[in-house]
Amino acid sequence: MFKIIKKRYLAPNIYLMDVEVPRVARAANPGQFVIVKMDEKGERIPLTICDYDKTAGTVTIVFQTMGSSTKRMALMEEGEYFDDFVGPLGRPSEFVEEDIEELKKKKIMFVAGGVGAAPVYPQVKWLHERGIDADAIVGCKSKDYLLLEEEMKNATRDFYIATDDGTYGYRGFVTDLLKDLIEKEGKKYDVVVAIGPMIMMKFITKLTNNYGIKTIVSMNPVMVDGTGMCGGCRLTVDGKTKFACVDGPEFDGGLVDFDEAMRRSAQYKSEEGRAEIRRQEKEEGHVCNLGLEGNK
Amino acid sequence: MEIKKRVPVKEQAPEMRRANFEEVCLGYSEEEAVEEAKRCLHCKKPMCVTKCPVSINIPEFIDHVKKSEFENAARVIAESSALPAVCGRVCPQESQCEGKCVLGIKGDAIAIGKLERFVADWSRENNIDLSRTLPKNGKKVAIVGAGPAGLTCAGDLAKLGYDVTIFEALHKAGGVLVYGIPEFRLPKDKVVQHEVDNVKALGVKIETNVIIGRTVTLKELIDSEGFEAVFVGSGAGLPRFMNIPGENSNGVFSANEFLTRNNLMKAFKEGYDTPIKAGKKVAVVGGGNVAMDAARTALRLGGEVHIVYRRSKAELPARAEEVHHAIEEGIIFDLLCNPIEILADEKGWVSGIKCIRMELGEPDASGRRSPVEIPGSEFIIDVDTVIMSLGTSPNPLISTTTKGLESTKRGCLIAEEETGKTTLEGVYAGGDAVTGAATVILAMGAGKKGAKSIHEYLSSKS
Repeated sequence: MFKIIKKRYLAPNIYLMDVEVPRVARAANPGQFVIVKMDEKGERIPLTICDYDKTAGTVTIVFQTMGSSTKRMALMEEGEYFDDFVGPLGRPSEFVEEDIEELKKKKIMFVAGGVGAAPVYPQVKWLHERGIDADAIVGCKSKDYLLLEEEMKNATRDFYIATDDGTYGYRGFVTDLLKDLIEKEGKKYDVVVAIGPMIMMKFITKLTNNYGIKTIVSMNPVMVDGTGMCGGCRLTVDGKTKFACVDGPEFDGGLVDFDEAMRRSAQYKSEEGRAEIRRQEKEEGHVCNLGLEGNK
Repeated sequence: MEIKKRVPVKEQAPEMRRANFEEVCLGYSEEEAVEEAKRCLHCKKPMCVTKCPVSINIPEFIDHVKKSEFENAARVIAESSALPAVCGRVCPQESQCEGKCVLGIKGDAIAIGKLERFVADWSRENNIDLSRTLPKNGKKVAIVGAGPAGLTCAGDLAKLGYDVTIFEALHKAGGVLVYGIPEFRLPKDKVVQHEVDNVKALGVKIETNVIIGRTVTLKELIDSEGFEAVFVGSGAGLPRFMNIPGENSNGVFSANEFLTRNNLMKAFKEGYDTPIKAGKKVAVVGGGNVAMDAARTALRLGGEVHIVYRRSKAELPARAEEVHHAIEEGIIFDLLCNPIEILADEKGWVSGIKCIRMELGEPDASGRRSPVEIPGSEFIIDVDTVIMSLGTSPNPLISTTTKGLESTKRGCLIAEEETGKTTLEGVYAGGDAVTGAATVILAMGAGKKGAKSIHEYLSSKS
């Protein structure tokens, strides 16, 4: 049993929770994920780690309500418990292993879309704590949906915001903003890390490919166990089948077959699920392109 | 002397059971068990025991059954096995204990498996406490994986007085017993959970949601958590695929994924959140026990199910009983054909499986006649779901995160067969993690050997 220490409402249907899970907090690194299961009947939901406090023994998760399990999770309060919380899963981000002095020479740009801001945050924070300030763009549909603005601002050098409707920051998609920064403002980047909906990662990768910028993406396919057992999360990278859970979740975006990954992520969308998404889209006037469950 | 026929065991009728997840075999009644036990010849040199991987004293427990001393029978089995209700259901007795039964030369071998199951079920229903342990010796042993090997090793060490903790990656203990084998063959709450609880009653602690190599490393267990020895029974969890075109289409699943969703996550039950894609026409590729389990599960979820296997019926690696049950239930066997491509519609969903017919050629290294393609014999089976059941291999997570723990090219941990000793001092291993995918009972046998070796190792150390 794993206790919810803090719960915060971040944006419509998006919640943050600090959960007491000392073993995971101790071992966690940026880029990794966890799987949570709220109760006996709940689904195993993969969520990228948003933050961790090794002293307090807590791990922060951010999730968006999509299916039955995440909706029920949103009703859980501080002091209540998750039945299961396992991790850290997957490989840490590549830079964790890199030489700090070498890293300091690199210009890194993080691009986050929607709840993708949550998994980007521990990465910029890790770098910031080691004296490396990266740039970041966070994009979302509207001002109300912007996550972790203060945290991101404090851990980056240049921090940009893009909203689809122009209610805050740049008006437009993160791809347009990144293109403007590179082409109009002459910004140079050695590495781009893009995390968000698959469609966003696909188009960021397409864009950065034009400039020859290496781009890392974090894949969020449907999975069950997260340890390499089910193979549900398999995707094609450089023509070979890889399991996102054990070989990733981060891959060189230029090598990922995004079309196949997007097609596969629709596999378990039930008729009911599709209806729910259509309803939300109508209500909110926004085309949702997230995966089925979870926001990893 | 005429040999009496085996007392038949009651089963759910095929037309009933193909639509439910209740257990197929209903087991013996007390009278039936006693009747069957009376057939035992009590051989002076019982061959059955030599073929039991955990060396249960079979004639002795059967003798107790014959005299209706069921509690004593349970105690005899408990000396050697921590999971009798499981073994009585899933062991391949026909090729082990029963395969050596003298009665089997001229007639039916004695139904050792069904009797073991009866004794274990009787002991559960009558709340018999079988937990007898030596005083605690204060020495800590860590077990990786709460499957058949780990539970057995843990149980044996706890009985000897060790302070044992099992670390399990999933949220539930049992390993393949909970994620792989379906409810209709092995009831989870009634049977598996009860046997896990029996192991816990010996004082074994089970910490679920801990992945060794990720949450904590094996070295950390030894260096910072005070464990003096470790047994690795992490199984063979990684699914194999065929690497044929179309395999990543929507509607192609590994048997592991399909069965885990159904068994561990209970997708078949109303009210559980985990979805499963049942499929109206399903092809299961493979011929082992896991393939039979996947096929019979897909059938119960409402599909028309084909087993696609490249050799003939005689070479099916699944147990005869499982094949027999599958045929009774209406599974269609497409034998001597091998998939070469999975076809998909314009949206990427499976629309068919393209196979080629095979014929049997010369025997291969395994002694089985190897299948050879018949040129020009390609054909298509219309299906909307394909389940790949081609075997599994060990997860490399522990070997790749533990310096000095060596594994073979195929990813199996290197361990001495008789002792389970690995290339790292104080670390023992057994079960599918060492052998690659095998059976529950062989894993249990390896767990026993591991426990014996750890006991010897720690006794000599102090």
